[in-house]
Amino acid sequence: MKILVPIKRVIDPYVSIRVKSDNTGVETDNVKMSMNPFCEIAVEEAIRLKEAGKAEEIIVVSVGNQSCQETIRTALAMGADRGIHVLIDQTVEPLSIAKILSKIIDDEKPGLVISGKQAIDGDNNQTGQMLAALTDMPQGTFASKIEIDGDKIQVTREIDGGLQTIKLNMPAIITTDLRLNEPRYASLPNIMKAKKKPIDQKTPDDYGIDISPRLKTLKVIEPPKRQAGIKVENISELVEKLKNEAGVI
Amino acid sequence: MTTLFFIEHANGKVSDQSLKAISATKDLGEEVHGILAGTDIESVVEEASKISGVSKIIHIENDEFSNILAEKLTSAILDISDNYNYFCAAATTTGKNVMPRVAAKLDVSQISEIIGVESNDTFIRTIYAGNAIATVQSSDAKKVLTIRPTAYKAAEASDTGCEVEKINPENIPNISEYISEELTKSDRPELTSAKIIISGGRGMQNGENFELLDKVAAKLGAAVGASRAAVDAGFVPNDYQVGQTGKVVAPELYIAVGISGAIQHLAGMKDSKVIVAINKDEEAPIFDIADYGLVADLFQVLPELEGAI
Repeated sequence: MKILVPIKRVIDPYVSIRVKSDNTGVETDNVKMSMNPFCEIAVEEAIRLKEAGKAEEIIVVSVGNQSCQETIRTALAMGADRGIHVLIDQTVEPLSIAKILSKIIDDEKPGLVISGKQAIDGDNNQTGQMLAALTDMPQGTFASKIEIDGDKIQVTREIDGGLQTIKLNMPAIITTDLRLNEPRYASLPNIMKAKKKPIDQKTPDDYGIDISPRLKTLKVIEPPKRQAGIKVENISELVEKLKNEAGVI
Repeated sequence: MTTLFFIEHANGKVSDQSLKAISATKDLGEEVHGILAGTDIESVVEEASKISGVSKIIHIENDEFSNILAEKLTSAILDISDNYNYFCAAATTTGKNVMPRVAAKLDVSQISEIIGVESNDTFIRTIYAGNAIATVQSSDAKKVLTIRPTAYKAAEASDTGCEVEKINPENIPNISEYISEELTKSDRPELTSAKIIISGGRGMQNGENFELLDKVAAKLGAAVGASRAAVDAGFVPNDYQVGQTGKVVAPELYIAVGISGAIQHLAGMKDSKVIVAINKDEEAPIFDIADYGLVADLFQVLPELEGAI
């Protein structure tokens, strides 16, 4: 079985976000970039399935500009087998990414797709579900545990009040939540080995996909700044303020 | 045209999250229909039919919908999609699971977790975990939206119920199956809907010390959260995590205890109405956004706090 893992390059989660002064977006020039944390979890889960003998090959896909190749290399160094880079410089909406991925699924016929539940830049939380819709596959979103059982997969999902378990026919689309696993760091020998692993470069035209955006970002602003409040001396002053000034307890 | 809003329910009541999120639909300027699913839910259907602003309830009465699976609900919504130009749900785990599937089937770009409606095609939403706010205009003829419940007040109930139509969808896909649910058994509210949250950070020193937070939480009816540092140190499980990679919360009161205030954490809680920080390091960045700061040893003041409320 092949596993397809779509990954996204985003601003590093520990970097402070700066809104551009012309309010057209967020500053990404000279900002440290990383693999989206939920995508790292997806790559890790695929590798664990391969190590457990449940999968033969892991293909990572990234859609975006030339530097996405670095992110693909990171996944290859973790243990994925080969990469597909769909080169595009403009911002692509989740629907378009899902369309590109659905064409790659037609070509590669993976038994499982594992993606992050959302990217921490756009916070859309859409691509996995959309890909499931376009391919008519079942979806196991926000997974904290997966177990392959013959031609089915049992997925434990993080839902608002706790956990839900569902069973899906395979092929299926899984999206990862935080508790699924702890991603590994790539070792130096594996980083060296990853340099020899193949990355196929494509463009949206190769797939005949119209990626024209449906959404237009009119402006991006900073959220209202919170002012530092006051320091209280002790608990009784704090409780008094919370009761009488803020009225929250 | 008309707006279709997916109404969730649990324990015989319409969910609070749905009641809040449906308030956003009145800004779309269209008639609003609610859709809900389940068998033996007459009292929920009646409650839903009285939600102010809703002119019709569509009740999917079919055992296959007792537990919501995205594949099945999407199919039922698509059956009636010709009648609607807006498709909305609360941005709960169910709404987030189902709506993008609907959107892709309709060949529409979804707008996720909106916090405001600027006009009938322009919406406000947060990106980068609330570190930036985007205004987004959609050119799709049909629009699919999820709505962040914390941005709205719950819709009121009216005295009389609206029309209810029962439907029984056919050709429901059978590619997924509900097995079980294990809801966290706790007297405490869950993090994403709690009015008060008390969170601990690395300053708690170990998992046992979270009991100090539990005791205060019990008195306040609060949920207990944690920073990523506390989760990474193994003090508490990952589902406690508030932050950019954990849960994004906006309670009335957020009490941060022994949390320094890494960007990661602030991104998940800075929309809280009132923030209290308790930390022995007076230079901790958490004090820059706290309404009330107390520079103190948490092991001394937490028992005091428990006693004072």
